[in-house]
Parts: sequence; structure tokens; C-alpha cells
Amino acid sequence: MNPNSVEVLLVEDNITDAELTIRELKKYNLANNLFHVKDGEAALDFIFCTGPFSGTRTMQHAPRVILLDIQMPKVNGIEVLEKIKSDPRTRTLPVVILTSSKEDPDIKKCYDLGANSYIVKPVNFERFAAAIQNLGYYWLLLNQRPI
Amino acid sequence: MENLSTIGKIIAANSTAALAFDNEGDAKEILAALKAEPHIVAAGLYDRNGRLFSRYPSNSGPDAFPTGPGPAGYQFMHAHLEGFQPVVAEKRQLGTLYLKSDLGAIYERFRVYGFLVALVVILSFLSAWLLSKILQKNISQPILALAETAKVVSDQKDYSVRAIKTGNDEVGLLTDAFNYMLAQIQEQNRTLSNFTQDLEQRVRRRTAQWEVANKELEAFSYSISHDLRAPLRGVIGFVTILEDDYSSKLDDEAKRITGIIKNNALKMGQLIDDLLAFSRMGRQEIEKTNIPTLAMVDAVIRQIVPGNKDGNIQWVIGEIPDIKGDINAIRQVWINLISNAVKYSANKEAPQIEIGSFGRDAETVFFVKDNGVGFDEKYLNKLFKVFQRLHSADEFEGTGVGLAIVEKIISKHGGKVWAEGTKNQGARFYFSFPDERSEFSKQDTLNR
Repeated sequence: MNPNSVEVLLVEDNITDAELTIRELKKYNLANNLFHVKDGEAALDFIFCTGPFSGTRTMQHAPRVILLDIQMPKVNGIEVLEKIKSDPRTRTLPVVILTSSKEDPDIKKCYDLGANSYIVKPVNFERFAAAIQNLGYYWLLLNQRPI
Repeated sequence: MENLSTIGKIIAANSTAALAFDNEGDAKEILAALKAEPHIVAAGLYDRNGRLFSRYPSNSGPDAFPTGPGPAGYQFMHAHLEGFQPVVAEKRQLGTLYLKSDLGAIYERFRVYGFLVALVVILSFLSAWLLSKILQKNISQPILALAETAKVVSDQKDYSVRAIKTGNDEVGLLTDAFNYMLAQIQEQNRTLSNFTQDLEQRVRRRTAQWEVANKELEAFSYSISHDLRAPLRGVIGFVTILEDDYSSKLDDEAKRITGIIKNNALKMGQLIDDLLAFSRMGRQEIEKTNIPTLAMVDAVIRQIVPGNKDGNIQWVIGEIPDIKGDINAIRQVWINLISNAVKYSANKEAPQIEIGSFGRDAETVFFVKDNGVGFDEKYLNKLFKVFQRLHSADEFEGTGVGLAIVEKIISKHGGKVWAEGTKNQGARFYFSFPDERSEFSKQDTLNR
């Protein structure tokens, strides 16, 4: 896949959750331009075109949405969110926090940092599938991205 | 005047011989005796012919005397008292004695009396003053000093101050008692402040421990909620994929088994969520506001029994006063109690649920009654315990957390929960709320 055509950046360390998410999006043809990274460090490299992504993609070609897990090894979701929202080049990128827990003490912090949405992944698969489907439709088809 | 008349009589009596024998020297000597009476300023003896025979003081001129004797008696003349006294011997008048007394003498006497009175008064005042001085020194001053000390003590709250003892009298005794009292207070204050400090330290230590424990519990809850739910989502997700995408390759037994796996995983998810809700309720601080209870109950009923699947439940809503409490927590109480009533009366032919309240000694008791399956009262003690159920999951779904949450919320509001029930006759759940309530809202009966 051409890194410049990525529309959905999925940042998720749990491969089961990632597979379920991708599988669900594929069902509605929304995963064609999905790129999956497994930790915050890789996410930052992708977004800011550093490390393995320096020279392979340009920041002008930004994804339509970043689906960001919070609990991740190395660099966690909060730090990734903070970096994205404090940089004028990436501040307008829509970031949707996907987390397993509604007990999350970070929910307010995420909104303070400028998260565009905060979704608790339901345990019930039907509801999880519905949530992912809604997310895909909303951010890829309904939402107008900043030019 | 009497004094003068007496003197006159004495001189007159003594003068009879001098006049009878016309002895001028004797007369002079007799009159000279008047020196002893300083107020007699002049005296004269007239002979029977009215001639001034002798005079006193001897150096005074004849002009100072009346020209002749006047009638007997004394009278005031020109600030003097003067008069005549006949000198009589054997009923024969030998001559007349003239006496002149200076009123100054009387004034002098008055002055002496006045002076004496003044002296006595001054002396009395003086002695009174001296006495009061002495008394003040011995009684008032120590008492005033004591009062001053007491004022200092009460103003500055300084119980280390001591009154100075001035003697061994009653006041000294009072001072001792006062000082002893101060010493006692000081000692008690010290004990009290040590105790308070100790207590504060303990409270601080406990609070710190509690905060650490609470943080740990929060982290624990987060970890349970996050780490237990994620794999569960995987299990349910992939079993669902198996069911959806591979149903043609699964026989009936395989489908039954995937169904069991999914149901158990879902139940575990529900347990995790309920457990977390229960633990969250325990940790949460309640925030009291005015709750329009009737409107809340109404909304909860609508939420639990949406209009289209109304069923045939008959609702009887009695008097429900507003209360002060945590709005979300109290809503949860109503949700749990009303949904229980709906759930456990669902199999009845004519289910009836009654919601109301009554007041009794400084508390309001709310109740939810149903005519459902009820329960055996011998299990009453298990009713409000977490994860304790009186029905199997086949009969009625549930995790056994709802009533435990109700109990926790109500006890946090200072109230109590209890229940009555009869098997197959229905159940009555009560919770009391200490009175802090606003006015009763209107009685209302709703039939849905």
C-alpha cells in the first residue's frame, strides 16, 4: 500500500482487537486504505514521517482518521495524542480514542488534550461491530476533513 | 447671758463690803478678779449715788462706762452684752455693778465648738480613709490583682500565668485555689493538645493510607476492566465470526457449543461490569442536590418499560416526596428496585407494582411492592449481599449485584434498606431516608 494513500491509521497493540476491527471495517469496504501500527512509537514515526517512514510518505497526505488505543507499550496513546494535538502541522487530524475500559481515568485528559472522540470498545461483539461500522462510516464518508 | 448674770451676782456679792465701807482698793481688787473671764471687757461699780466708784480694767477711761447705773438686767448693745446688777446687802441697795461682755467670747465659744466638730469630722474621715486604705491593701488589692490575672488568662488564653499571693488570709487562700485551678487547666490543655496532635497525626496517616489504598483500588478496577474485557472481547468476537462466517461448516452440536461459549463469555462481561459498578459506587463521594423523586421514578419506569412493550403491568404510584441526595446514585436505586419488580412479576397474569412512601420518626420510607414471585424470608440475610441470588439464572437473569448496590447507596445517604416477601405472593422493598426533605410533591396515581 502506498503510505501516502492511507485513510485510516489504526494504532492498536492488541492483535485480536486489531483483527476484529479490521475485519469489521473490511465488511463494509472501509479498510482498503487502512494502516495498522502496533505501538505509539510507530504511530509517531508514521504521522511525523520519521524513522522507517522518512522519505516514504509526506505529511501533506494525512489520514482521514486515527484510531488510537491508550494502553500500549513504549509510547502510550496519551503521549501520541499530545504530540499530534500540540503540533500545528497535525493539530487538525481527527483522533478517535478506542479503549477497553470505561473506568479509564484518562477520559477527561484525552478530551483536554483535544481528542475528537472517545469510544469504549464493547465486550459484546454485536455492539462492537456496530461501533466500528459507525466509526468507519462517520469518519471516512460523513465527516468533512479540513483542507 | 446666764454666764454673765452669774458672774455679775458673784462680783456684786463680793463687792458689798467694799461699797459699804467705801473701800476703793478692795473694789478694785475684786474687779481685777475678772481677769479670769477674758470675755468681760469692762466692769464698773457705782455707789448708791450713781457715781462710778471703781472700774475694770483700771486703766480704762470713765468715757467707756455709762454715766449712771441703768435698770437691772442684761441686753445686747452694739455687738456687746452689757447690763447692770444691783449690789444689795441686807435688803439695802449699796450700789450697782456694771458688766460689759464681748460677744466675741460667745463667738469664740461657737468657733471652738465648730472647730471641735470640724476636727471630729476630719478625724473620722481621716480614720475612715486610713481604714479603707488598709482594707484595700489587704483585701481589695489582692482581689483586684486576682481579677486582673483572670482577665489576662481569659483574654490571652495563657494558662501559664499565675496570680501573686500576698498573704495567708482568705484572699491568699483564694489565690491559691485560683492558681491551682489554672495549673489544672494548663495540665488538661497540655493533655488535650497532645491528644489532638496525636489524633491529627493518626488521621493524616490513615488518610494517606486510605488515599494509597483508593489509588490502588482504582488502578485495580481499571486493570480488571481493561485487561479482563479485552480477551473476553476476543473470545466473543471470534466465536461470533465462527457463527456468522462458518455456519455452513458447523453441525448443530458445534453451533450449540459456540452458543454456550458466547453466552458464558457475555455473562462474564456482565459480571465484570456489575462488579466495577459496585466498586465504583463504594468509592464515589455522594453529592447532594434536590431530587424531584416523582419525576425521576416516572422517567425510570419509562426507561425500563418502553411504551410499545408496555405489557399489562398496573402501576400504582402514591405519595413520593422530593429528597436531597446524589441524583445519579438515587436514580440507580430506583432503576434497580423497579427493574427487579418488573423482572420478578413478569410471569404473573396481572402484575401490579406499587411505589410510594410514608413518614415515620424523622425519616421518610420509600417502597416498591410487587405481586411477583416473591422470596422465602429465611433467605432475607442474603438478599442485599453482593453476588447472592435467590433465583437461578435459568429462572431469572441477573448477577446479584443490583440490591447490593442499592444497599450501598442508601447506607451512604444515612438510610437503611430492608425487604419483606412471601414465596409466590410478591416482594416489598423499603429504603429509609433521614429527613432533610423538601415539601411533598403532589400525590399522583398513574395507570399505564
